[in-house]
This record gives sequence, structure tokens and C-alpha cells, in this order.
Amino acid sequence: MNAIEVNNLTKQFGNFTAVDHLDFEVENGEIFGFLGPNGAGKTTTARMLTGIIKPDSGQVRIKGIDIQQNPIKAKQIIGVVPELSNAYTDLSAWNNLQFMAQLYGIPNKQATKRAEELLMKFDLYERKDHKVKTFSKGMKQKLIIAMSLMNDPEILFLDEPTSGLDVRSTRLIKDMVLELNKEGKTIFLTTHDMEEANQLCNRIAVINHGNIAAIDAPEKLKMRIGGLEWVEVSFNMPVDSSDLHAMQGIVEVQKSGDKLRLYTDEPGRMVYQLVDYSRLNDLEIMTLNTMTPTLEDIFIKLTEEI
Amino acid sequence: MTMIDQLKRAWAISKKDIMIYYLKGPVIIFGLLFPAFLFLAFMIGRDLPVDFLIAGLLGMTIFFTSTSVTPVIAPTETQTRNLERLAASPVSITTILLGDMLASVLFGIGISLVPILLGIALGVAITHPFTLAVAIVLASFCFSAMGLIFSSTPTSMTSTVMMISTMVKFPLVFISGIFIPVGELPQWGRTLASISPLTYITDLCRYSFQETNYYSVQVSISALIMFLIIFMIAAVKLHEKSLPKRL
Repeated sequence: MNAIEVNNLTKQFGNFTAVDHLDFEVENGEIFGFLGPNGAGKTTTARMLTGIIKPDSGQVRIKGIDIQQNPIKAKQIIGVVPELSNAYTDLSAWNNLQFMAQLYGIPNKQATKRAEELLMKFDLYERKDHKVKTFSKGMKQKLIIAMSLMNDPEILFLDEPTSGLDVRSTRLIKDMVLELNKEGKTIFLTTHDMEEANQLCNRIAVINHGNIAAIDAPEKLKMRIGGLEWVEVSFNMPVDSSDLHAMQGIVEVQKSGDKLRLYTDEPGRMVYQLVDYSRLNDLEIMTLNTMTPTLEDIFIKLTEEI
Repeated sequence: MTMIDQLKRAWAISKKDIMIYYLKGPVIIFGLLFPAFLFLAFMIGRDLPVDFLIAGLLGMTIFFTSTSVTPVIAPTETQTRNLERLAASPVSITTILLGDMLASVLFGIGISLVPILLGIALGVAITHPFTLAVAIVLASFCFSAMGLIFSSTPTSMTSTVMMISTMVKFPLVFISGIFIPVGELPQWGRTLASISPLTYITDLCRYSFQETNYYSVQVSISALIMFLIIFMIAAVKLHEKSLPKRL
């Protein structure tokens, strides 16, 4: 049984189709990235998967439980960090955690132990009795994640968990995600941050206009699209880029600052040709790098296609 | 998942509401100051019996206090982004509304003790204390559910909800026998009074203090129960519809 199974999931807002017949599965124990540009349908999908809004058609199963048929049972085994969500700022960190425990029906003794563990783990224990309104953004986000873990969920949904955080807090949250995954939790990560998805996810689904453009492991996605490798070169003096067009295996030449970016399927062969070209024209090569496509390149290409 | 579990979770929501919302500005203004000043404006300069005044004040207090908490919660939680967190947890919309309603009911019951104690201090005797207690509890539930209907407006602006609720509540005060007993109203006034839940709690207060009721106790209690059921069903349906728009 998969952690999440999505069949034919559709949601419309008036005439606008936000999510269009999605089908995918998330396996147990994986970090599944859900990538897409703004307005692609990521948050709407995440809200349907977590039972916050109802789909117009289709089915979502959480560990085999249909979330529409049995929302309370399905929600009981998941933890959710919604996009732009907040803790209750007029309550203390401790009261926020206890409130979550009560919403999930966790017995008092167990709730106290769990809250203490989580506050220690997220380095918030010293501030447990302080009102959340006095917390920094990073501390608030850590608390929101701690709140989502009070019920020790099997599946954790994180919607843009590092959005707006500074570098240090972002790294901390990423480390936590990896640690939680190591503990056996399945993570459904919605993000538009390519690097975050690349670093964390076992598999990634790219969504655009409510449709899935591709689902695969990050490295496989990169390999899937040819002609996206390039060689970046700069010489000691300007060169006519039309000379380079004549080289064999060139797909495209682009100027990038004082460098030239030569797109090719054969970067090794291109390096030889560039060395020959520099000797022939009495040029000195200042920099020479072979580059593979980033997830961002794949993302741009995929989201342009649909 | 049993109903007891959901009731326990509704109580958790109530406790949260009590900690956060009882001291919010709109609750103090619309729940405490508004009825107090309205009553003073009516009372000053008029020679009316104290027990008549206290019964009217009590009815109005329950009405305003019980309808002041619930309309604040939903728009505030929409604005502060707590609503999605709540919607993602294993509780139904009915449980969330029940929790909000319980917080409001306790506020209504608590504040209603003020005019009762004031009446006792002024020498007013409570002839039917049991009926009064049942009436207060029932009316608090009824008006809290009414407040839930106002709060279903898909907005994050508390002022918008308060404006809508004041537009409905204010006229009700004048047609519900608080300032003029129902029996002294013209026929059209009595017809209007019969469609206001406030009429029945005011009448029950008059019965409890003065035994000068217009409707029988059974009719008033049945009417309040009926209004409660209608308001609660309407509130659940409206919130189910408006919740996705507030996320």
C-alpha cells in the first residue's frame, strides 16, 4: 500500500481548472517533491490531499483511507504545515502544542512528553511559555512544524516550509526534513525552490496549469531532456560567435556576460574544438567549464511545454 | 471516531477561544458596552419599575454578549491564518462551530449574572429561578448559533461581520418587547415580535421576575429550541460553503 494514491483528481474554480485529472502515487518513506510555478495548482492539490478542500472529482487515499469518505480517520495519521499558516500568536508555544494534542485526541501525559521532546528538538524549550507573537519568523516556522508533529504522523505535508526564511533557518528546516524522513516519515513537499527539491527529494512531480508535466527522480529528470548540456568559455578578447556556430555538435550559442555558452549534446568533443579554435586564432582561453542542466533548466523547459 | 471524541475536541477549541477572544476589542464593545449604553439611553429620564427594567436588561445582555464572540472568531482566524491549520486537523466543521459556540455560550451565561446581581442588589426578587436558568442557557446557545451565521461571511475583516450583525441585531432590539412589552404593541408589532428569538427570552425573563409574560413558558422555550436548531443547521451549511473561500 502506497502512502498517498491520487486518482483523476480535479478541481475547478468557476471556469478555471486549477487541478486537471491528476494521477500519481507517493511511496512509503520517500520525500516527494511537488514543484510548480506560482498558480500551477500546487497548493490546491495539497489542500485536497489533506482534506482541507473537497475535489470536484477524483479520489485521494492516505494509507488506503479515502480522505473524502473518512476525513477524520485519514487526517488523524497525517501532519500538515500549510502555506502561510500560523500558530496562535496570543498563545504560548506550549499552549499551541497542547491545543494540537487535544485536537488529535492525544492523552495528557503523552502530550506533555511529546511537547517537551519537540520543544527540545526544535530548540524552543526555553521559550515555551512565551507568547508566539514575540517569536521570530524562523522560530514561528519551527513551532508550526512541531505542531504538525504532535500526533507523530506517518505522512507529513509541507507546503513551502522555507518560504521567506533566512539562510540559517532554511538550512535548519531542510535538515529537519531529512531527519524526519530518516525516522521513517513520508514527506510530501510542495515547493517552487528548485535547489530545495533537488537536495531533499527522492522523486519530483512537476506541475503546471493543473497538469503533471513529469514525475521522476531529480537526476533522471535532468537526463531526460537532451541538448541542455553546455560548455561555458571565455577568451582573452572578444570573438565572433558566428565562428563558433560552425563547430560540429553545436545546438545553440548564447552570450552570457563576457562568456559564451555553447549548448551541445557532446561537451567533450566541444572542448577539443574550442582548444583548436583558440590555437588557430591565437586566443587565450580564460575560463572553460562543462555544465550539466540544473533542475531549474528542466523545470523551465517542462513548464514551457504545457 | 466517536461523538465523545469530537465533543472533547470541541471543548479544546472552546478553551482556545476563551483564552484568545474574550478580551478582544469587538467583543468588549459589542458584547458589554453596547447593551449597557443602549439600556442607559432607554432608562434615564423614564419612571419604570425596576423589575421591568432588569428583565429587559437581562434579555438584551444575553442577546448582545452571546452574539458578540462567535462573529469575531472566524474572520480573525481567517486573517491570522489559523483557519487552515484547524481545517487540516481531524475535526469536522460542526465540531469547530460547536467549540466556538460553547465559548460564546459561557461568555453569555457569565455576563448575564451582572444584571441578575444588579437586580438582586436593587431588591428585585426572582420568582422562577429554575425557569430563568433554563432560559438563560437556552438563549445563550440560540444567540451564539445566530452569531455563527453572521461569521460565515467569507471575509477576514471583523468589522464587516460586525457591521452585518449590527444591522440585524439592532432592529431586533426594538421589535422584541424589551422597551415596550409585547402585549402593548399593535398587531403588526406583535407579528414582528413573534419572529424574533429575542422576544421569547425577554418574555421568559419577565415571567421569571414579574410573572407578566405574554407567551406561555412552554411556547417561549419551544420557540428558542426551534430557533437554535434552525440557526445551527444554517450555520453549518453556510460555513461548509464559505470555508474554502476564506482559506
